[in-house]
Formats: sequence, C-alpha cells, structure tokens
Amino acid sequence: MSDLDSRTSSRPHARARLVADERINRRGSLESRRPGQPRRSRVIALVLACLTLMSLDSIGGQASPLDHARRLVGELYAPVDSGVESVLGPFLAVPRWFESQDALRADVDRLQAENTSLRGELAGIDFDRNRLAEYDGLTATAEQIGYALVPARVIGVGPAQAFSRTVTIDAGSQAGLRPDLTVVSAAGLVGRVIRVTTGTATVLLLIDADSTVGGRLASSMKIGFLRGRGELADFGPDPELDLELVDQSSVPRRGETVVTWGSQGGAPYVAGVPIGTVDSVFSDLRDSTQHAVITPYVDFGALDLVGVVVPSGTTSDRAVIEPDGTMR
Amino acid sequence: MTPGHLTAPRVAGIAGALLVAIVIQTSVLPHFAVRGVVADAVLLVVVAVGLRHGAEPAMVLGFTAGLLLDLMPAADHVVGRWALALLAAGYLSGALAASGPVSSVRSALEQRRRWLLPLATVAACSFVASSVFALSGLVLRDPLVGVADLLEVVLIALISDVVLGLLVVPFVFALDERLEPDRLVA
Repeated sequence: MSDLDSRTSSRPHARARLVADERINRRGSLESRRPGQPRRSRVIALVLACLTLMSLDSIGGQASPLDHARRLVGELYAPVDSGVESVLGPFLAVPRWFESQDALRADVDRLQAENTSLRGELAGIDFDRNRLAEYDGLTATAEQIGYALVPARVIGVGPAQAFSRTVTIDAGSQAGLRPDLTVVSAAGLVGRVIRVTTGTATVLLLIDADSTVGGRLASSMKIGFLRGRGELADFGPDPELDLELVDQSSVPRRGETVVTWGSQGGAPYVAGVPIGTVDSVFSDLRDSTQHAVITPYVDFGALDLVGVVVPSGTTSDRAVIEPDGTMR
Repeated sequence: MTPGHLTAPRVAGIAGALLVAIVIQTSVLPHFAVRGVVADAVLLVVVAVGLRHGAEPAMVLGFTAGLLLDLMPAADHVVGRWALALLAAGYLSGALAASGPVSSVRSALEQRRRWLLPLATVAACSFVASSVFALSGLVLRDPLVGVADLLEVVLIALISDVVLGLLVVPFVFALDERLEPDRLVA
C-alpha cells in the first residue's frame, strides 16, 4: 500500500483520501491478486481458446467449421464496407483525379511533340533520300576521278541580270578552299572557284560566257576548248556548251564523252573530270573548223551538293572525302 | 494503482470504439497503407484499454477483437491468429501500465504529459502483436516469407502504429473519461 500512497500523494489531499477509502471499502479484502495483473486461469483460458480455434480451423482444411462464422461476419460486414467505400469514394477520388489529369496532360504534350517531329520527318524524307543519294554520288565521284573532295552545298545563285553564271557555296577558306579549284558534282564538272571568303566561296559555272575549259574527247584523246554560252536556257533541262577542237581535221562523234584536259598544277581544272557528251557537230565553212555542241552532265538548275577538289591532306573544317571513298 | 472501474457505459463505449476501429482498419486505412502495411487501429484500442483498465479487460477485448479481425472478409488465414496476437498485446499493455506510472485515476490532461509510456507501450505491443502473428504463421506453415521481409513489415507496422497511436490512444482515454469521469466514480 506504500505504492498507493506515493502515487496519490500528488493529488489533492482530500480527494486522495476519498479514493483510497473508497477502494479499500469496496475491494479491500476481496482483492487477493495485485491489481492490474490478470487472473492466471483467465489468461490460460483465453490462450487455450486461441489455440483451439487455430487447430480447429487448420485441421478442418477446406470444410472448416469456422467457415460458417466467417461467412456470417462477411455477410454482416458487407453493407458496412460498401457504405464506407461509397462515403470515402469521392474524397479518395480527388487526388486520383488530379494525378490522372496531370498524367493525361503530360501524355497529350508528349504525343503532340512526337506527332510534330514525325510530321517533320515525313516531310523531309524525300529530301533526305535525295541528299543521301548525292553524298553517295559525290563519294563515287571522288573515287572515280581520284581526287580528294571537300563537300559543300549551294546556298545562293547569282542573279541573271548580272549576266554571269555563278553560285555561292557554303565552304570557304576555313574549309581549305582557295580560288582556282575545280568544283564537281556527282554528275560531273560544275565549274571553278573564283573567290573565297572565310565561310563561303563563289563558283563560276561552266555555262558562264566567260568560262573556258580545256576538254578532251575521251575516245580519240583530241583536245579542244569548251566555252559557255551564258544563256538563260542553260539553267533549264538542256544546257549547251560549244567545243572547238584544236585539231581542226578531226570530227567528234555524236555521243562521245568529253572530259577535262587538265591545267598546269591542277588549277583551275584537274584532269579527267567528265563534262558532258557530244550532242551535235557542224563545220564552220568560213574558217573550216569543226564545232561541236556539248550537253553537260550536270543539271545546273538543280545544283545542291557539290565537291571542291582539294589536294589530298588539306586541313578542313569538315570531313574531306578522300580518293579512296573514305571520310576524314 | 487502480484499474479503472469498468462500468456499463464504459464497456459500451469501448465496444463502440472497437467496432469503429474495426471498420476504420478494414475499410479506411487500406487507402493510406504504407507499402501495403496497414496501421492497426484495433490494436491501439486494445492497448489503450490495457493502459487504462489493466491487463485482464484488455486481454478479453484483444481476444474478441482479434477473433473479429480473423473472421473479417479480406482475411484468409487460420482463425485465432490475430486473437492470439492481440491477446498478447493486451496482456503486455496491462503489464506495462501496472509497472509504469500511468494511473487510471489521473485526468486525461495529466496523462497527456506522461506521453512517453503510452507511446512506448504502443510500440512494444505493435512489435509483439506483429511478431506473434508472423510466428504463428510460421508454426502453421503459412506461405513462407523471408525474415528480411518479415522484419520490414513489422517495422513499418510499428512506425505507422505509433503515428496513429498519437491520435487513437488519447481519443480512447478521453472517451473513457467523458463517459464516466473518475471523480464521480470515486
């Protein structure tokens, strides 16, 4: 009882006495065990009840006698469960709604972006295919003519009012270009570089009236000079060049291939680049020379990717196509 | 050291609290489960009763509550496992209360200052109940679970019980006090 005194001493004196009196009066002699300690018999009974239930249920297996009780509780609880669920449902749905809203919005954004990029890809697919073919062609050209090429793209065409046929390409001195370099495309000779800036270069096309190229008939090895006409029709489907042979007695055959003759030190034109085919031949009665009209291989109206012939090993700001077809 | 007097209104109050706890535990708390582990509201009611009224009522309550939990629809284990677990929890909480300074004759306000023992009791009882349940499963050859998983579940249950206990235990104490203040009983 000293335990009791120490505990109740913190309470108001009168009340503590009241409580103590009350308890002694009510229980005093009846209470043999320590208060708060359960009766041993009851503990054993409860534990045994648990064990009995467990063994009953586990031995019963499929047809357990407790299945009826389970069923009963289930039946009784079902309406409570569904009631609670229907009350809670709207509250629990709120965060889910926000989550799904966010997820849907993210989905829409993602799909739109995907759609746009796919549309872009689809629109560019023809262009990409053509460019790939051009690069392939240019690589083949480099192998064929045996020179290293700096690839470049035509970014501007000189106006017809200037009466010169020039284009601008997107490679300049940084790419290793300098004036008097030969420019070719996958089809054949395009022209020569006449001026460079850091990032661009101006190319004089074959068809310019000022352009003179030394040409050689591939079959007979006869040499001559090709001159441009500077006509507007040259950008069309049938550009024409005039060939005047040095050996005035020889007559070129129709359909014969003309390649470049080659200049001193490869400038401005390297040797052996195909230019075009002989279209028609006529003789000038006045000075008794043979003239031929040449159709160039290159379609000047649709120039895009060209290659500038550079000495092998030139340092460039872009990949250089080496004569063996590799990129460096 | 007095076990609180279990008068008829108090018994009714505890029964009501138990039913509400069962509904909350089976229908509401699963929505707030942490990695699938649901806080044991029923255990907390049992612990609160044990702290307030001693081991014997808590054991009877634990046995009843556990039996109900065993028979609840979602449960598919051998009947008696939760009964045994909550029986142990009731015994432990009563024993701890008897050894500690918590007295049923203190007012709820004073007990709130002595929050450490109820909290420790909740933690201990949660651990013991989860462990007893898990061990009975091992004995009964339930699907074997790794010890690491078992410990993780027990630990998460302990933490969530302590957190929920901060709400439930004072609530049960206050209910008990309000139904029949000790001052009037005494």
